[in-house]
Amino acid sequence: MATAVMNRLDPRSRAAARGWSDLTIRNVFIIPTIVFLIVFNIFPLIYSLGYSFTDFSAASNEPVQFVGLQNYRDLLTDENIWSNFVITAKYVIVSVAGQMLVGFGLALLLNRSFAFKGLVTTLLLLPMMMSAAVVGLFWRLLYSPSWGPINYIFGLGDFAWLSDPDTALYAVAITDIWMWAPFVMLLSLAGLSAVPKHLYEAAAIDRAGSWYTFTRITLPLVSPLLMIALIFRTMEAFKTFDIAYIMSTQPTTELISIRLYKQAFQQWDTGKSCALAYIVLIMVLAITNMYVKYLNRAKER
Amino acid sequence: MANVRLDKVTKQFGAHTAVRDLSLDIADGEFFVLLGPTGAGKTTILRLIAGLDKPTAGRIVLGGEDMSDWTVAQRDVALVFQYYSLYPRYTVRQNLEFPLKSKVHSYSRAEIDERIERASKILRISHLLERKTDRLSGGEMQRVAIGRAIVREPRVFLMDEPLSNLDAKLREALRAELKDLQMKLGGTFLFVTHDQIEAMSMGDKVGVLNDGQIAQVGTPQEIYNRPRDTFVATFVGSPAMNLVPGDLAGGKVTAIDGKLVVPVNGHAGSAQAGGVTLGFRSEDIRVGPDEATEAVVHDVENHGVEQIVTLRIGGHLVKATVPANVPVTVESKVRFGVDAAKVHCFDAKTGVNLTAG
Amino acid sequence: MAEIVLRDVEKFFGENYVIRKLNLTIQNKEFVVLLGPSGCGKTTTLRAIAGLEEIDRGDILIDGKAVQNLPAGDRDIAFVFQLFALYPHLTAYENIAFPLRATGESRSQIDGQVRAVAKAIQIEHLLSRRPSQLSGGDMQRIAIGRALVRRPKAMLMDEPIGALDAKLREEMRTELKRLHLENDSTTVYVTHDQVEAMSLADRIAIMNEGVLQQVGSPTEVYRHPANLFVAQFIGSPVMNVTKASVQTSGAVASVVVGEGDGSFGFPSELPQKMAAASHGQGDFMLGIRPEGVLVSRQQAPGYVPVEAHIIEPLGAYDIVDLKVGRQFIRARTASGYVGKPGETVYARLDESQTHFFHPATGESLNISFGGA
Repeated sequence: MATAVMNRLDPRSRAAARGWSDLTIRNVFIIPTIVFLIVFNIFPLIYSLGYSFTDFSAASNEPVQFVGLQNYRDLLTDENIWSNFVITAKYVIVSVAGQMLVGFGLALLLNRSFAFKGLVTTLLLLPMMMSAAVVGLFWRLLYSPSWGPINYIFGLGDFAWLSDPDTALYAVAITDIWMWAPFVMLLSLAGLSAVPKHLYEAAAIDRAGSWYTFTRITLPLVSPLLMIALIFRTMEAFKTFDIAYIMSTQPTTELISIRLYKQAFQQWDTGKSCALAYIVLIMVLAITNMYVKYLNRAKER
Repeated sequence: MANVRLDKVTKQFGAHTAVRDLSLDIADGEFFVLLGPTGAGKTTILRLIAGLDKPTAGRIVLGGEDMSDWTVAQRDVALVFQYYSLYPRYTVRQNLEFPLKSKVHSYSRAEIDERIERASKILRISHLLERKTDRLSGGEMQRVAIGRAIVREPRVFLMDEPLSNLDAKLREALRAELKDLQMKLGGTFLFVTHDQIEAMSMGDKVGVLNDGQIAQVGTPQEIYNRPRDTFVATFVGSPAMNLVPGDLAGGKVTAIDGKLVVPVNGHAGSAQAGGVTLGFRSEDIRVGPDEATEAVVHDVENHGVEQIVTLRIGGHLVKATVPANVPVTVESKVRFGVDAAKVHCFDAKTGVNLTAG
Repeated sequence: MAEIVLRDVEKFFGENYVIRKLNLTIQNKEFVVLLGPSGCGKTTTLRAIAGLEEIDRGDILIDGKAVQNLPAGDRDIAFVFQLFALYPHLTAYENIAFPLRATGESRSQIDGQVRAVAKAIQIEHLLSRRPSQLSGGDMQRIAIGRALVRRPKAMLMDEPIGALDAKLREEMRTELKRLHLENDSTTVYVTHDQVEAMSLADRIAIMNEGVLQQVGSPTEVYRHPANLFVAQFIGSPVMNVTKASVQTSGAVASVVVGEGDGSFGFPSELPQKMAAASHGQGDFMLGIRPEGVLVSRQQAPGYVPVEAHIIEPLGAYDIVDLKVGRQFIRARTASGYVGKPGETVYARLDESQTHFFHPATGESLNISFGGA
């Protein structure tokens, strides 16, 4: 298909001046990428789909048997898996909502000129540039019941954030918010600065108050970029593994990706893990699809 | 220098046809202006001739040779854009040198200097040669851009609305300068514009373009005095030609609900009786107490040397040019008549001029 | 409806003046056009009246009340922007309704007013469209509707039709003029296009480099420009301006243009008039519009032979460049009157249309000859 497009370009067009034709140059850039994608993305995707219908275990030499939809049936009726999904959903909602609020709020604060604006923006962006493992370890120290600064500052005594099953998930979510709110801020800032200044002037002339201007002008015009931030953060939050795995061992923080990891690499139940991975993939695709539809509708205007 | 011929050229972008089966002859040494509204396909034609785009069908012939398969460099044409497109961090001299130092054509130092000197003298930019281009005014920048086209001594000059970003006074001055330049160089110029005044004042020939097709080609006088259809009639001339619906019968057109009766001559006189569109220019209207048709003054525009008066007759608006010293007030009643020798009669459906034949 | 007064208004940008000592009164119901080249301060002046820009000195009065410290929303004026500034996510209806909704008027009242305005400017069929589905002309009609719906004290317009193409501009000009006639709203209109200014204005205020040059009716500024800048800014084609001096021999006076490039006869009162303008015998700048240069194909008394250079046919008339020594003087002739470049024709300057300016200051010497 790709070559059909290329053939329509007249290869003689600008080729004479150079040794290589445009076609050759394009192929030199494109072919390695295509090969890489096939070997490392598309092939494993199809292969794992095949495994998801078998009882294959990577840790044993037993002959592999085709089990049809048995893996999917088992997983979808397993109460533990459902609780993993509920935990994940809670985590995604709390974490993404928090990031959107904090990130957009910061963007509103930064969307004016003041001294050291560049420096402040850079400092605010630092968290998202750190490794998740490092962030997790640090926040474990911050949350430490005996000498962590958080309990000290808020006067909470020896409250055990990460080992209390009721708060552990939220503690992890707060860390995620701290780390990724700057990303939302960055996209929001881009959106805010793209709103033409004359629209605000028109609104001022039209005697609109600041709240009215914010809800009727700013928010609708920034919403497409906010939606992109929302898609990215939801997808990421859905597959969170590192922070939660490092920070807490509570069953109430066992996100679906942690469950998947355990099933695949602790129980070596490879076939079933593939099936679970596919279930997660379909869910992420469904959520993203909803967002993208909304985004396209917003873009049409 | 060379002549340019477009032979049944069509250009499509996806489903959209920008240029449709268009044939055009531009003689050697001619100042040809392509005039048309935004989206008529003017710039597309320019880009096809320059080789920046390829026609979907048809041939482009330069100096007798089919150059459909030639590269941009081989075509040896110069293109001046609406935005000056100078290299910003270079001096004027470096900008002028640039086209002379390409790999295809290399010139000796002496020749480069000589050409730059000649071009900068013609364009009166000699005193700017050592200046960086970002320190120039709009008019100076556009002159340098034209200079960059001249030094190459190309076979054809292509200009894409080069004056439209300049202010009125400068535009007027550069209009005369460009025309003067073309007369001095004797080059083939293809100039694209949406401004009918530019087209009229500079072109040896004007091609009026509408929706990817040529509506009419002719001298400025031909286009103005014998427009081939209602599109050309309204697009050329300011204010636009007045068009009113009428009925043709017995060599006379009755228009504006019977209030205006004008005898017509030429082909139109013998044309089939029926619905027509009557056209007349604002300067061919006489306003005075003895004229036949009564009207109300809808609006008066002061243009200094004259005033453009909009007359209201029932639901129709007609614009008339009236000398500046004739007093006219809005909403007052006046009488007017039309110079019968100057009216045009257009087919009501196709818009084709029946008078010009 | 309101009167707007600008009193000693000044604005700086660093050390540079953007507006310098501006005094201007816009009468109730008057249509005043601020005209000038880009960067002359006209838009800043308009934005200062609207409250979108602060001024450094002076007063802005609307109906006698100083408003320079009030925010834009409290001045009760409407503003039409060059790039329309329509809210892109709202329909035409919602755009027009915006100023009414912003101040919390009732739904039924809003609907009535929006529909009334839409009818007046004939955009009823466009109300449900979004700006991206509208042409430039329609977008500006909506923007004007949004301005009108509030019944503001004054309408301020910043090059509202500058972004449209030529034919549409012509149409919109008539529409705007009629709209003003029907609404009688005090209007301040900014443009760099002198044709627009001449056609629309009751009075034109011409600005250059932050300084007001002349205020007057279109006829006044066209016939009696106060200085060289106004003379060359108003009118198309541009007024011919050339250095000149007076020569007298006996009872005959003549004007020599350029460095002795050619001489044209003038009435013998010229030297006295020059003296009366306390300018004496020195050089001056002579200005004459192309229609003031009379051209004849035959030799006639008072006419001098000149060579035709470039001829620009404009349809209704031609503009001919006449070579007078090393000078070019442009004349307006009947269409096709001069056959082709290189022909010799005869020309004379119409003294009643000739302007005299001070060579250094460019101010008009206020010398005029009676006649047409």
